[in-house]
Amino acid sequence: MSLIKRTAYFVALPLILVFLWWALTLNSDSFWVPRPAQMVSTFTEVWIGPRFANDVVPSLLRLLVGLATATVLGIGLGFVIGSSRTLRRLTEPVLELFRAIPPPILVPILMLLVGVNDSMKVLVIVSGCIWPILLNTIEGVRSMDEVLGDTARVYGIQGLSRTIMLTLPAASPYFVTGIRQALSIGLILMVISEMFASSSGLGFTIVAFQRSFAVPEMWSGIILLGLIGVLLAAIFAVAEKRILRWYYGLKEVEHSE
Amino acid sequence: MNDEVSRPAASAREQRQEILLSVHGVQKIYASKSGPVEAVRDLTFDLRRGEFACIVGPSGAGKTTLLKIIAGLLEPTAGQVTLEGKPVTGPPKTMAVVFQEYGRSLFPWLTVQGNVDLPLKNARVPKDERDRRVTEALEAVGMAHAHARYPWQLSGGMQQRVAIARAVAYKPHILLMDEPFAAVDAQTRADLEDLVRDIWHRLGVTVLFVTHDIDESVYLAERVLVLSSSPTVVQEVVTIDLPDERNQLATRSTPRFAELRLHIHEQIQLAKRGLVPAQIAAGVL
Repeated sequence: MSLIKRTAYFVALPLILVFLWWALTLNSDSFWVPRPAQMVSTFTEVWIGPRFANDVVPSLLRLLVGLATATVLGIGLGFVIGSSRTLRRLTEPVLELFRAIPPPILVPILMLLVGVNDSMKVLVIVSGCIWPILLNTIEGVRSMDEVLGDTARVYGIQGLSRTIMLTLPAASPYFVTGIRQALSIGLILMVISEMFASSSGLGFTIVAFQRSFAVPEMWSGIILLGLIGVLLAAIFAVAEKRILRWYYGLKEVEHSE
Repeated sequence: MNDEVSRPAASAREQRQEILLSVHGVQKIYASKSGPVEAVRDLTFDLRRGEFACIVGPSGAGKTTLLKIIAGLLEPTAGQVTLEGKPVTGPPKTMAVVFQEYGRSLFPWLTVQGNVDLPLKNARVPKDERDRRVTEALEAVGMAHAHARYPWQLSGGMQQRVAIARAVAYKPHILLMDEPFAAVDAQTRADLEDLVRDIWHRLGVTVLFVTHDIDESVYLAERVLVLSSSPTVVQEVVTIDLPDERNQLATRSTPRFAELRLHIHEQIQLAKRGLVPAQIAAGVL
């Protein structure tokens, strides 16, 4: 598909939605629903300026640190657990239990244990993001092709070399999927971690707007969150396409057979 | 003068007499839900250095089990495999294996070059030598042009060529092949058979080739080991006394080829009925 066509597909529905928003609010003076033009000016006023450095950047940094920590821990633990059948059987029930706990419920507990600081917020993000990465990695390591494993053994590829040359690339389609899922969970938890006992951050600012009935400002924050989500997903998609080029090529060949 | 000429020939002959691989009393019993299953009962045979031997047997004769035991990938329940005087307890450094499932044996995230290079890289072979060996091996199998492509972009026959190149570049003393051409079309198969004979000639490597195809075993080997059906023993060892120079059309149409083929076919039919020559001789019939 050409770039123009792809861009057209990408922006078509957003443009229609904005148009509808504009048409439906032409004669409206509702306090709760601002008009598109008003939104644009509010958005620029609120977010382009010191608030970007004071609230948006720290939130994003915590999100990235949280995601990175969850990725390293998830892949590391996933390799260890995935390689051993005993460990898999032993940890499965416990992992299912931990995964089922909604992370927001941990916020008050972590506030008590860790304190009200950046570490607490990062921990909340990690506590939610680690599960899809960990569980997908375990599955990826577990389901590695037997012939591929035998081939590596025959050629004396073992120990750390095996992890780097075989397990890591073989499991990569799985943990990349896990990271993609963790991305949206992380964004949600970034906001939630800032809603309690916080004095800065994107989540804190939006809640503060809500409480002071600054309706257009609140909406602008919600839109910003959406935009950040789209941007992160787009950056991730580019990286994924590069890292897993072989995988998508392979799948394409398999499907065409 | 006479000595000078005859000495290398004599040492080559001595080398050919040297036992490279020895399989002694190998038995494998798998544990299964319905009780233990004896896949291989009692296998004993030797392979000389530089020999080309084929193993044929009815399907389910435990050919793959045997090959995995020899490759050190599977531990036998009883018996021992010895390679160059050392008991095999894990995959030996001087052995390479070409599997039937080429699509699952090549690393899909590496290019053709990367696949052939990986075992050498792992063995910390210096970069120049690696490059040279990879190029030579790819040239030997006629895949030099495809070095930058990915395995999944190639046909089945080409993928198997790459797998063979990877084994060749590794410079093994013994090459095990587990029904390597079972999944390719007839023409490709004939080409690959000639390729393997050619590589065997040029490198002097010992080849143990497992197949279920009688014609293939007769065409390729110097010796064919016929396995009985499960629980497996060696039913018969057939020496293939065809000329060393083989040709897909000429060799396959000689009367001797037909005789050998018929003989092995009969042995396998007997094997399927659970009869071994010893039993026939002892009047069990």
